[in-house]
Amino acid sequence: MSVLEGPRGGAVAAARGDDDDPAPEYALTVSDLCKRYGELLAVDHVSFRIRRKEIVGLLGPNGAGKTTIINSILGVLIPDSGSIRIGNVDAGRRRSRALARTNFAAVYATLPGNLTVRENLRFFGMIYDIRPLSERVDSLLEQFDLQRLRDTKCGVLSSGEQTRVSLAKALLNNPYLLLLDEPTASLDPSAAQIIRQHIRELVQQGECGILWTSHNMYEVEEVCDRVLFLSHGRLLLEGDPKSLPREHGARNLEELFIHFAREPLAPRAGTQP
Amino acid sequence: MKLRPIAGIMLRQFYLFRGSPVRVLPLFAWAAIDIVLWGFITRYLNSVSGSGINFVTTLLGAVLLWDLFTRIMQGVTTAFLEDVWSRNFLNLFATPLSLSEYVLGLVLTSILTSMIGLTVMLLLAVPIFGLPFFTMGLLLIPFLFVLFCFGIALGVFASALVLRLGPASEWLVWPMPALLSPFACVFYPLAVLPPWMRIIAYALPPSYVFEGMRAVISGHAFSLSVLLWGAALAVFDIVLAALLFSRVYRYAVRSGLLARYSAETVS
Repeated sequence: MSVLEGPRGGAVAAARGDDDDPAPEYALTVSDLCKRYGELLAVDHVSFRIRRKEIVGLLGPNGAGKTTIINSILGVLIPDSGSIRIGNVDAGRRRSRALARTNFAAVYATLPGNLTVRENLRFFGMIYDIRPLSERVDSLLEQFDLQRLRDTKCGVLSSGEQTRVSLAKALLNNPYLLLLDEPTASLDPSAAQIIRQHIRELVQQGECGILWTSHNMYEVEEVCDRVLFLSHGRLLLEGDPKSLPREHGARNLEELFIHFAREPLAPRAGTQP
Repeated sequence: MKLRPIAGIMLRQFYLFRGSPVRVLPLFAWAAIDIVLWGFITRYLNSVSGSGINFVTTLLGAVLLWDLFTRIMQGVTTAFLEDVWSRNFLNLFATPLSLSEYVLGLVLTSILTSMIGLTVMLLLAVPIFGLPFFTMGLLLIPFLFVLFCFGIALGVFASALVLRLGPASEWLVWPMPALLSPFACVFYPLAVLPPWMRIIAYALPPSYVFEGMRAVISGHAFSLSVLLWGAALAVFDIVLAALLFSRVYRYAVRSGLLARYSAETVS
């Protein structure tokens, strides 16, 4: 099945859902998303969905449009067209309500370095209106083994420690949808493995769906239930990261990635070459 | 609008002040130096002029009110700049926080911090230099109201400017009060200005405060309706500044500027 066709029709059906449904089937529904920066079409009619308890890898070369999609979901970038639903909430129309169910961690969005770990978690906990906040912060400090660092300023933490703090912040509001943009990019293999295991456990125990971007194909194979290949703003391929390479005559996911990253795009039907 | 996110913005500023004496000192240090400097200048002028004008009341009172206005404006912009300096926009605006909650958090922070500055200035000016600050009586309430409102409006306007033009435009923010001071008639009556400067002065709410203050001190008649006009103008300026900030924010979100803020451009 081509991802360019299948999920779009489904997304339309999901878009009719009730906002107050307490347990929506999909954590995220992106429908026909487009974003242009001047002459550059950064995201070109992208549609996909993520189920609850599912980890989906968003793969593609640099400049493929991954971060543009993530920023659109996070509400810090308004797409030119298309819709985004988090759970059953339309993020375009009810931004605050949609983002109350979402969170993210990205290697390029570190928390303010001039606040301590605990201060950062309390600050963002207030913003997300978490109650009771102290218990939630203490629980996350314990969960991510951050108790001894609770009064340390985030700016002096190691990359691994900062990643753990970012993940703790990302789980403050028990999100329906968690966006992880290269969460292990600056970590050594051992620390990265621990973080991956941690996130896997969180998904198994909780209810959230995860959109994960990474350039580490070994990691993607290990963690993701499904992958989406993005190139030049278009979604080219979707499938199980373990079986997808074989289906397309590649030895592994990395080879498949390289093949699609270097492949020139065929023009869309009805568009000028 | 929820109260806890607003309190969260204020809590963040409290944490910053608590963790850094460098941030606490400017809340009152420069204003205190101004009061001491002008306190001695006005005391000296009183002793040599023989004109019967009480320079302590007119000049020192004006310095105090102008410094307060500057504190309010810079209180808003400094709180906003903390998010610029720590590259926190992505973390902050990817939350349920609304723009009005964010700006209100900055404004309330500024009101609290400028009250600290006002207290220190009064502690120096009243007992040491004999400034009869409270002789203005109930008129102090509208005077302070106008200055607070215009300080907030200018602070929000300056923040919008930095959001639109990028982090380097911070240097445009700091001289803004100095740029306005010749037109605001802080130290001299509006009548001494040339006609073109008067037009600008009429558009600036602080000029009504300083005109009013001088009239009250010298025992001249003072029209309350003129002051009300100044207050209405200050409230109007807040609305304008809030609309501008909202428009700039929408542009930043639509163009991608917010997500790539440190680049200062989307091209």
